[in-house]
Amino acid sequence: MAEQPILEVKDLVKHYPLSQGVLFRKQTGAVKAVDGVSFALGKGETLGIVGESGCGKSTLAKVLMNLERATSGQVLYKGEDISRLSGAALKAVRRNIQMVFQDPYTSLNPRMTVGDIIGEPYEIHPEVAPKGERRRAVQDLLDVVGLNPEYINRYPHQFSGGQRQRIGIARGLALKPEIIICDEPVSALDVSVQAQVINLLDQLQKDFELSYMFIAHDLSIVRHISDRVGVMYLGKMVEIGSDLEIYDHATHPYTQALLSAVPVPDPTARETRDRIVLSGDIPSPANPPSGCRFRTRCWKAEDRCSTEVPLLAVPSLLSGPAAHASACHFAEVRQTVTT
Amino acid sequence: MPDLIEKKKTEAVAVSAPEKPEKARSLGSDAWQELRRNPVFLLSAALILLLIVITIAPGLFTSVDPRAGDLRNHYLSKPSYGHLFQDDWFGYDGQGRSIYARVIYGARASIIVGTCVTAAVTVFGGLLGMLAGYFGGWVDTLLSRITDIFFGIPLLLGALVVLNAFTARTVWSVVFALVALGWTQMARVMRGSVITVKQADYVTAARALGAGTPRILFKHILPNAVAPVIVVATIALGGYIATEATLSFLGIGLQDPTISWGIDINSAQNVIRTAPHVLFFPAGMLSLTVLAFIMLGDAVRDALDPKLR
Amino acid sequence: MTTVMEKKTETGRLVPGTPLLEVRDLHVEFKTRDGIAKAVNGVNYSVAAGETLAVLGESGSGKSVTAQTIMGILDMPPGRVASGEILFRGQDMLKMSGEERRQIRGQKIAMIFQDALSSLNPVLSVGYQLGEMFRVHRGASRKEAKAKAIELMDRVRIPAAAQRVGDYPHQFSGGMRQRIMIAMALALEPDLIIADEPTTALDVTVQAQVMDLLAELQAEYHMGLILITHDLGVVADVADKIAVMYAGRIVETAPVHQLYANPAHPYTKGLLRSIPRLDQKGEELYAIKGLPPNLLKVPAGCAFNPRCDAATDLCRTETPALHQVMDKDGAELAGRRSACHLWKETLHG
Repeated sequence: MAEQPILEVKDLVKHYPLSQGVLFRKQTGAVKAVDGVSFALGKGETLGIVGESGCGKSTLAKVLMNLERATSGQVLYKGEDISRLSGAALKAVRRNIQMVFQDPYTSLNPRMTVGDIIGEPYEIHPEVAPKGERRRAVQDLLDVVGLNPEYINRYPHQFSGGQRQRIGIARGLALKPEIIICDEPVSALDVSVQAQVINLLDQLQKDFELSYMFIAHDLSIVRHISDRVGVMYLGKMVEIGSDLEIYDHATHPYTQALLSAVPVPDPTARETRDRIVLSGDIPSPANPPSGCRFRTRCWKAEDRCSTEVPLLAVPSLLSGPAAHASACHFAEVRQTVTT
Repeated sequence: MPDLIEKKKTEAVAVSAPEKPEKARSLGSDAWQELRRNPVFLLSAALILLLIVITIAPGLFTSVDPRAGDLRNHYLSKPSYGHLFQDDWFGYDGQGRSIYARVIYGARASIIVGTCVTAAVTVFGGLLGMLAGYFGGWVDTLLSRITDIFFGIPLLLGALVVLNAFTARTVWSVVFALVALGWTQMARVMRGSVITVKQADYVTAARALGAGTPRILFKHILPNAVAPVIVVATIALGGYIATEATLSFLGIGLQDPTISWGIDINSAQNVIRTAPHVLFFPAGMLSLTVLAFIMLGDAVRDALDPKLR
Repeated sequence: MTTVMEKKTETGRLVPGTPLLEVRDLHVEFKTRDGIAKAVNGVNYSVAAGETLAVLGESGSGKSVTAQTIMGILDMPPGRVASGEILFRGQDMLKMSGEERRQIRGQKIAMIFQDALSSLNPVLSVGYQLGEMFRVHRGASRKEAKAKAIELMDRVRIPAAAQRVGDYPHQFSGGMRQRIMIAMALALEPDLIIADEPTTALDVTVQAQVMDLLAELQAEYHMGLILITHDLGVVADVADKIAVMYAGRIVETAPVHQLYANPAHPYTKGLLRSIPRLDQKGEELYAIKGLPPNLLKVPAGCAFNPRCDAATDLCRTETPALHQVMDKDGAELAGRRSACHLWKETLHG
């Protein structure tokens, strides 16, 4: 990545204040949904973000989309901080960053026709397509995502989940954005349809030079589509690197546990798999553990972990593919008996 | 071969479906197409149209003065087939006035009260409810507390106070009193509905596209939140007409020279055993009116829901 | 007619391998505004004590409707059992009275649902809901019921069970709530557990804990387990045998190892090829074309034919029977069946 990244996030923080009292509201704490996250996304690249519920990955998407205001930190789009923008400047930036939602059943307005849904971006940004050409543009988009352009007058409920997700993708593409943030785009779909949508996203990336931020909890799908992968835990990025570095040479214990827990669709692996079963649950983001946030569930934790916050940096002792950013004091590749 | 079969099938479908591919459709036009074919809608619309004509031009239906009584006809009730659509076919009331003429002339007050109160309450209460539900925070707190305060005022007691402030009570002062006290119900229904709808992903999606507040409110939230309001409004309409009657009965609503179904229903109460026809006709008309509006509301609500098509 | 002799262990549990449940040619229909949807269309499967049957299928395949019919919790109407038998330890449950079925439900067959939060009553404490089972079915006193509840919570490894017995469902995390659901299902030590997507709503690391717990308890009590899921990974981890459903029919049954190694139905084959693997990065994913069928308009012949690469004219006209699958030498493969006219080509080709 010699050239400037298209999107750069620097020390991004999003806290939701917790307050008490009816008349005189007093802030009693904060849910630290995203707590100091930094990464960069290159042009045409796919960055996968994985993590369990409550890790802050969906909040991250909302902050990047400016649907929620960042508490602090920067979101640089081509070098310009967009996290503080509002009004017309924000609206202009929105053309370049679009989003595909998780649930195709709630992300389309049930009382609008497909033509109105996909055409709405043009009504909001009339400069993108002149009025006379909008209908044509909508039909082209339907064609691009593999739907029959004649479906333009139908309503969302007349489509299946996979088709609806295609409509959502077409809406995201309408403004010809450079970045698309996909928040669990296939997790609500049937297994046999997931592959179709993944392939579509792949194809669109090639055709339109899109950059994806692909948020998901399914590690297999993230590996398939991503060039680089970031792992989040309790509002922090704990490890980030290329897909090979993360999946085959993970150095953070959380990533290792996460990977080992993924059910592999192969019954022969049942006996040979070396699974790390983590004890306990994710702590509350309103009251995260001191030091390393993973230490309460980590088998490597020592006193140092409770006092010293590990930084996301390349551990100096490691080399080769293991040398990628990992936020652990004891980062090392796990020696597994079998694959 | 199989491809050929497939192709033929799609062609056949394309031919049989009478679709005009170049015409863009929207929820409004689709709803209208749906309504035009709905017999419930047609029936209720015809009834309401008739009532509106009666309201505007009662003279078309009867030539008798509804206030002119002839005591010789005291509670006279001799409707027979020969009298169909004559001025006396509903019989006479205690003062010998033609009930038919009174039902015709009484429509005006009742329908004005019913429709105007419902319309005003839906727009005003709905708007406040929508704002409270959408913006939340202190806007919601403020509007909800105001709603609660008004909600706490008993309707009749409140109307008594409001109407006493008017020296000359007309249909419009009754409308005003009922709107002032009745909007809270709509505000509450709308607020709850909007709070549910605004969490939907398609609202977030619209925001992500850069849509402004008016577009989000009127294009995305309102069409999806309005269904329960329509139902409550059409049912409430009958209630407002009945409340007007109650107010008249208590002597704080419309007064005798004015004619309304409510007044007549109330004055018929005392003779319900001896002359039931005096009650039957205005009450029947009231029921028919309420029914027509409820049917209309149902049809409109269904037409606005593409899932039911 | 329980003439079948059932062997029991010293603890009074059924010996593993004793037949528990058999579904025979079950047909379930739903009346909808647009016609009759045949949700379940001639399903056969069986489970024995100590055995795990995974029913694999996508939404609309009929896997959950079958389970609801077994449990007797199907909404009727609009649902209707058109024909078939559900034999539980030799007795047809569809012919039983409401009272008899209620005796079986919860005591002999228990169910675990996907969404633990909505399956638990939010205004009653977890301990009360667990204890209720003992009060209603066993006539336990309040004190005994509470003790039993703590014991159960301990058993599903909820930390500090004695302190948390009075907590309400929302005070537990998703994984803990699913454990409570399991505890509730286990309360009366049933013979059979039906788990409908028990881990779908959970995170991967928690998923592993819950599945392990379920497998362990199953082994301890020799319970039969019907695991309903769409997740090929979870199935590979725990199932003994698999029934794959598509459009209301079983399209393939097989022991777990054979199914993954060598599927005999194009749908199963396509599914296995279409999931991205964690341990390999492919170029383009294989995708099954088309969409799952609308149950009101199931294609003629084999329901999968419009999406199948190998479909022939026969597939478009004639519904395939569930054929016994044989190896290359013509020997029958135990427990393997495939509803494909071309199972030979699919399996060996």
